[in-house]
Amino acid sequence: MSLLEVRNLTTAFQTGRGEITAVEDVSFDLNEGEILGIVGESGSGKSVTALTIMGLLPRPPARVATGSVHFAGENLTNLSDSRMQHIRGPGIAMVFQEPMTSLNPVFTIGDQIMETIAAHERLPQRALFARAVEMLEKVGIASAATRMADYPHQLSGGQRQRVMLAIALVCRPKLLIADEPTTALDVTIQAQILDLLLDLRDEFGMAIMLITHNMGVIAETADRVIVMYAGRIVEEAPVATLFDSPRHPYTRGLLECVPSLITERDRLIAIPGTLPEPIRRPPGCRFAPRCRFAQPDCAAGIPPLLRLAPGHTAACIHIPEQ
Amino acid sequence: MTVLIEATGVSKHYPVETGGMFRRTTTPLRAVDNVSLSVEEGETLGLVGESGCGKSTLGRLLIRLLPATAGNIRFGGTDITALGGQPLRNVRRSMQIVFQDPYGALNPRMTVEDIVMEPLLIHGAKPNADSRAQVSDMLSRVGLPARALERFPHEFSGGQRQRIGIARALILRPRFVVCDEPVSALDVSVQAQIVNLLQDLQAELGLTYLFIAHDLGVVKHISTRVAVMYLGKIVEVAEKRALYAEPRHPYTRGLIASVPVTHPSQRARGRAERQRLEGDIPSALNPPSGCRFHTRCPLVQPICREQEPATREPAAGHLVACHLA
Repeated sequence: MSLLEVRNLTTAFQTGRGEITAVEDVSFDLNEGEILGIVGESGSGKSVTALTIMGLLPRPPARVATGSVHFAGENLTNLSDSRMQHIRGPGIAMVFQEPMTSLNPVFTIGDQIMETIAAHERLPQRALFARAVEMLEKVGIASAATRMADYPHQLSGGQRQRVMLAIALVCRPKLLIADEPTTALDVTIQAQILDLLLDLRDEFGMAIMLITHNMGVIAETADRVIVMYAGRIVEEAPVATLFDSPRHPYTRGLLECVPSLITERDRLIAIPGTLPEPIRRPPGCRFAPRCRFAQPDCAAGIPPLLRLAPGHTAACIHIPEQ
Repeated sequence: MTVLIEATGVSKHYPVETGGMFRRTTTPLRAVDNVSLSVEEGETLGLVGESGCGKSTLGRLLIRLLPATAGNIRFGGTDITALGGQPLRNVRRSMQIVFQDPYGALNPRMTVEDIVMEPLLIHGAKPNADSRAQVSDMLSRVGLPARALERFPHEFSGGQRQRIGIARALILRPRFVVCDEPVSALDVSVQAQIVNLLQDLQAELGLTYLFIAHDLGVVKHISTRVAVMYLGKIVEVAEKRALYAEPRHPYTRGLIASVPVTHPSQRARGRAERQRLEGDIPSALNPPSGCRFHTRCPLVQPICREQEPATREPAAGHLVACHLA
């Protein structure tokens, strides 16, 4: 049994223009200690997948239309709020892209870390303080005991993201969901945070679901990768396979369009067009209108995920030759 | 090559009030400090550095969107540092800017036609058939359909909005364009479209770019030369291949080492070899003495704390400000 089992998950939102599905028929597993990368552009459904797992979407307008999320054997989709509260923290924790808006500006970072521990364990104040300081040291905050009294605005962006990680990890979660944790940071700080994530995974043995649009971040960290487009999974593979032989045209496009420090090209290979809005999705394969390999029958129906090799699937009926 | 724009000893200091309520003093925040830099006609000069290093401020100083505290700026051989009124307006026709945020940079109440035509009207044109023809010509050059004219910015995706911003910048046929993080806010698949468009327009219209970005891959792709900025100073400038293959300043080396690998097989080697930069960029209110990078530099020597390094040219066209390079 995997730590996390997502099966046929569809999350829908009620909007003024009817119901739209942000995540559609998504299934995947995540094992203990594994780093699963979820790649896609804005609007691909990767963050909604994470928020559905965490039970953090307001219902209504959101609802889980079909499918299930099992965490350590327990179905999270029909859990009571109080039970879900116990899962968040010691079970699943999450860090977000914007460390400034995720921290409360009127409380010290010490208060915010201790609040998290106190929500799950009855400990005397002194023990709470010690645990918080220990965690801040683990995430690489220098002179942690004095920094406990700092307010979020006194920290740099990289330090705030370290504090967010401290809050997320202080209850020793089995699964950490990191939603674009380095997107707002400079490359130098991004490298520090990614190294820290890898170190913490090794130390705590937790699983990480790492959501990003950056293929470089995936190349640095992930064990396995899921590529999402317009709400659906279009390809899943072990990380080396995905970079060596991407099969879905969208995955290939994502890998080709980013200029690298190593190779040189006169022109970048762009993917034409933009991601369709949820209410204007094309029939059949949603990537077909932007796909240079598209055939007329791509519009006939949504392509199923085909198994190409153990652990490697792609949703394309005309997989191009390598 | 002729130099199109040249900055000599340019600084931008902002007065910032510090100290307690009763001991208020004013300290200069040195956003850009004694920078000399030139951009050659027809080239793309990439400008990279961490957020807060002063790269956007420098871009705005060059095109006189901000007044410099010290130093002077020459454009096409003319000193424009102290220009005002009509002469400044005349020069500004030739210098334009494309902003990072395609959502915030366009007035939501104006149609695309009005947005792109506004610079023409400011510079004395009448809203007649001729200006309208210029606007539709520019829109087709940036790859927008004619029906875009009557629409409002919110009806467009981020990439299309950036095309509108580019059309507005180019409608006056400038010679020099500051591109301030023009693709940072866009999805990766759309970034490539905009980078290709900027390159096509440069070739068609003979433009010179200052391309400000923090993505070292994009900068390497688009630039002729690259300048690296740290805490208000230019620390290294070189032709792009020289800079990426043989970076001489330890900060440039640290920046390049921080870029994620392109294939998972490079991962183990990357982590072992990596000379990661520790810590954050210090405050520009109280920059470190001597070399400003010495607090994070893996090679720091006593001299680095005491003396500011002069800019030297160890190889033709390769400038570096480091005691040890």
